[in-house]
Amino acid sequence: MSHPLQRDPEDALNPDTSSSGGDVVRCDACPVLCRIRKGQAGACDRYANEDGKLVRLDPLLLLQRRVEGGGAVVPFLAAGKPWDGALISASNTFVTGLGATTTYPDYKPAPFIVSSKADGVDVVTVVTEGIFSYCGLKLKIDTDRFLGPEQAAVRVAGEQVGHVTTAEYGSQMLALGGVRHLTGGSKKEGNITCDAMLRLANREAVEIAIDGGATVRVQAGAAPIVNGEQEVRMRVGCGSATIGIFARQWLGHADEVIVVDDHITGVLTEHQAGRFLDMRAAGIRVRGRRSTPGRYFKVADPGQGWGGTDITDPLSIIEKIDAKTAWPGLRLLMVSTTGEDAAYFVLDEALRPVATPMPAPLGAVVERIAENCEPALASVLFMGGAGGSLRAGVTENPVRLTRSVRALVTRVTCGGAPVYIWPGGGITLMVDVLRMPERSFGYVPTPALVLPIEFTLPLAAYRELGGHVDSAVPLEAVLRDARWRAEGWREGNPWPADVK
Amino acid sequence: MQPALCARLPDGRLHCQHGPIDLLIEAWGEALEVERAYAQAEARFASILAELVAELPALRTPVGVEAPELSGAVAQRMAAAVWPHRAVFVTPMAAVAGAVADEVLAALLRGCRLSKAIVNDGGDIAFHLAPGASLATGIVANIAAPALDALSSIDAASPVRGIATSGWRGRSHSLGIADAVTALARSAAAADAAATLIANATNVEHPRISRVPARSLREDSDLGDRLATVDVPPLPPAAIDAALGAGAACAERMRAAGLIEAALLVLQGRRRGVHTAAALGRAA
Repeated sequence: MSHPLQRDPEDALNPDTSSSGGDVVRCDACPVLCRIRKGQAGACDRYANEDGKLVRLDPLLLLQRRVEGGGAVVPFLAAGKPWDGALISASNTFVTGLGATTTYPDYKPAPFIVSSKADGVDVVTVVTEGIFSYCGLKLKIDTDRFLGPEQAAVRVAGEQVGHVTTAEYGSQMLALGGVRHLTGGSKKEGNITCDAMLRLANREAVEIAIDGGATVRVQAGAAPIVNGEQEVRMRVGCGSATIGIFARQWLGHADEVIVVDDHITGVLTEHQAGRFLDMRAAGIRVRGRRSTPGRYFKVADPGQGWGGTDITDPLSIIEKIDAKTAWPGLRLLMVSTTGEDAAYFVLDEALRPVATPMPAPLGAVVERIAENCEPALASVLFMGGAGGSLRAGVTENPVRLTRSVRALVTRVTCGGAPVYIWPGGGITLMVDVLRMPERSFGYVPTPALVLPIEFTLPLAAYRELGGHVDSAVPLEAVLRDARWRAEGWREGNPWPADVK
Repeated sequence: MQPALCARLPDGRLHCQHGPIDLLIEAWGEALEVERAYAQAEARFASILAELVAELPALRTPVGVEAPELSGAVAQRMAAAVWPHRAVFVTPMAAVAGAVADEVLAALLRGCRLSKAIVNDGGDIAFHLAPGASLATGIVANIAAPALDALSSIDAASPVRGIATSGWRGRSHSLGIADAVTALARSAAAADAAATLIANATNVEHPRISRVPARSLREDSDLGDRLATVDVPPLPPAAIDAALGAGAACAERMRAAGLIEAALLVLQGRRRGVHTAAALGRAA
């Protein structure tokens, strides 16, 4: 029996190849028996020689979960190696749509329809790679910096690929892609949009420029870089909000607290929160424009200093200390909205602030501010609609699949990752690209994105909705006959085959 | 070793794959006729790759003064298609994709009443048109920046029954620099050989063009150590025109010799075409 990994015995005899140190592998995936040199691909472009090993360039991806109770991980198998029948079992293996289709242009894949047993119920997983002409990305950029006005164009390489949408708590939302940019504009716009989405969905970094706003380097799961400066933490809130959250915890330990923030700087005793606690006015007046009591705009210029301002000496934002109101011994805490910067002062007899070691109770609250600031990240959610032809690969009666998904009988996953299905018509889904296997996304020149999608449901339900039951193959047969590679199941993703 | 696989796509087309061969087959006619045609195509497809492999050394040998002795039906189609071009370097492999498409189309049609049928072998296409039928095609020259570069509609009165495209961006290696050369001929094998050779002839010397020995890209290449094109950066207009001129002259010689009905050459957004009056089947 020959084996795809077997080296060509002729190499030693053939002077052409022996001089290259046996770098040639004989592929026996088909009768052509290509001799493939290291780094080359065979005539089909599906198999290649990677460091002396024959590998399938587009294998099916299997995800394996830990064996119940034992905690042992099922051994991963070498890519491209045929199943020897022993190492993997149906109960802990899920076939993803990744690699279910092979070539473009011109045809949609016949999906794999796999049946396996889960808790004694025959379960069917229809595995395919869907082509999503209607698709986009929703980006959440954790930052307090101004990225651009709502509705402003988001551009990559000068082409509009999306727009700025709502500002959310501590973050700015961007909507990229969509069918209007993909196919509704110029070809160049469509191709650049598709390429930008593809790279973002595959967790690569992409630089975007917003009209009338910032330039942002975005990468799923990484801190955004705004105008060349990396975000570190989301502030707990603006200066005013920070006052509101922590006022009670400062009471009795400080006579005045100023929370320095590029957006709204808060002054505790003037603020509604301080008044509510019956705090005595401290008479420390900060620079900037007062919005409402205790809330000040523009105490300094934006920058890399305290609270997103350009200051490094917090006292520089104090305009004056009113001798009629302030008093010697007044305890002043100054802190930024992330807790990264903080200083404690006590006014001397001449009402001058003197830097003093911070008392422990105040230090604890400063630390708590920092603790409540989450790491600033960019999140990328794919959103797309599973259209008629994709559903037709699952069932002869596509609307029944939609209804089954809606009734929660059919579980939809993308590369094994859970998805959120929008209410209303169709199967419009959102999925966090970070929960999918790496490099799950591809494209077709339409342009449109291609990604794995799996529909899992009990066999009986599959038969009811007019599924291609005759085309279903046992999981064991897929493992035996298809080329595949295995990865570990992602912790935190629910197991799709546990259907009711 | 994996056997030939045939599967119906969700939209009803037949997909046949074996090793490097990928066919998409679509037939029009009464349902039962179409099913019978598909079954015949599947049966023929099952052994095609093995037949080719049996004669692979001869098929990879340049055609010279004597016609190669070949026994397989597809191999004979290949040899017949490249034979008229033997004055230049050419191996029967230059027509392999088109010849497979022709052979499967013949099997599909045998005894079946079909109004139209298409066998698409990775862009090299054999087709059948009954009177009144027509085929609409589009050409994408650059897969990296896809756009429909040309559209044509061929009707049953045209002698054209094969379309093939070749270029350095394609799966097979090219000795020339054309993004795409599409040839229309009386069979897919003839179109395939012509497109390959016109693409090879669409060439110009320019220091920025990257070329490497074909064998360094694919050990088994029938091009041996000839220099295959791997990258063509933007060229000055004069160089583009010179390359297109050389390719168009080659295409014109083929047209005059009755080997092709039409050809379209695309290089970096510029194009050149030659065609006979009857190429698309309509009155000129």
